[in-house]
Amino acid sequence: MDESKAFVSTFLLALFVYLFLTLAAGRSMIEGSILWSVEELVLGISIALIVGAVGSSILCRSGNYRMLNPLRWLIILVYCVPLFVEMVKANMDMAYRVITGKIDPGIVRISPKLKTDLGITALANSITLTPGTLTVDVDDETGDLFIHWINVGKNPTKTIAGNFLPWIRRFAE
Amino acid sequence: MIFTAFLYGLLVVSVLFNGLGVIGLHRFPDVYTRLHAATKCTTFGTIFMTFAVMAYSGYMYYTNPDQTEYLNMSLHTLAALVAILITNPTGAHAIARAAHRVGIKPKFASVDHLAKKEGYP
Amino acid sequence: MNLSFEFYLVAVVFVFYILISVLRLFLGPTAPDRAVALDTINTLVVASMVGLGAATWETLFIDIAIVYAILSFVTTLYIAKYLEGVKEG
Repeated sequence: MDESKAFVSTFLLALFVYLFLTLAAGRSMIEGSILWSVEELVLGISIALIVGAVGSSILCRSGNYRMLNPLRWLIILVYCVPLFVEMVKANMDMAYRVITGKIDPGIVRISPKLKTDLGITALANSITLTPGTLTVDVDDETGDLFIHWINVGKNPTKTIAGNFLPWIRRFAE
Repeated sequence: MIFTAFLYGLLVVSVLFNGLGVIGLHRFPDVYTRLHAATKCTTFGTIFMTFAVMAYSGYMYYTNPDQTEYLNMSLHTLAALVAILITNPTGAHAIARAAHRVGIKPKFASVDHLAKKEGYP
Repeated sequence: MNLSFEFYLVAVVFVFYILISVLRLFLGPTAPDRAVALDTINTLVVASMVGLGAATWETLFIDIAIVYAILSFVTTLYIAKYLEGVKEG
């Protein structure tokens, strides 16, 4: 049961990627439309079958299928908006520091208390892209992150991760 | 024309922030601060480059709807954007961790909580 | 609307940036510094490939940019893994 579930989810992901990359590739069953041709669909399904057979044990190692819920993918899409706003701020800040050279760095420890690997990875990558912070290391047992902060301030957990934590809890926990 | 000006704006932002990243690579004192400049600024600049290409090819598809390769190009650029957005911070994180494990101390650091952890030099 | 020249120009500017980053690749006092410069160069190569793809209307450039981004990421991970085993001081 579990193996077939892993196979089907890997198959669907591979098929989705294939169909996304060949959408509007100019080989369509109806002349001039953006859809796929029959040959393209057959090839895509066979490649996705191979990928599902080979890659299901790697992709679904955690044995947790909550990401099959399309609502979580929608939340990831919505999450891109606050992430982009933070990135704009981060780059303004970075431009200021590159020009003036004012830095006061240090490595601080924050404890976001996320349980899943996906959540920790998403938070670490988001932190790296936001103002003046860079993830250096992860404590595997407690899920604590070590952050290189270019301008050390007070109350690191709230200042660094406060904006993202509610969003990441929504799609990864 | 407004749309051309918009594309020019995207390209200028891209060139500006990639340039800031490269300048930061030479201006900052140690590997962590260099990583800050290199990761954030070049990711942002490359994202704006892909935005420009997506807007350009999307506009070309909008004006010639029978030329589907324009739409195909826009979608492929979106895939490149996702690849950059996921891989770039993770690579920076790997380099920073390796640098700290090798024993390179952050210069001018006021606090270093990681140094107290077990198994570090 | 034809912006081929502008996209070529931006790609040339990125190549210029790559040359500046190569300087850090040679200067970098420690090995992680060189890895950072290499990472920057990889990102800039992806950006200029995307620009060249738009300038010449070849989707193939962008496909190669995707594969290059993923392969350079794997390279960076392996360099980092290798550096962890080498003590520097």
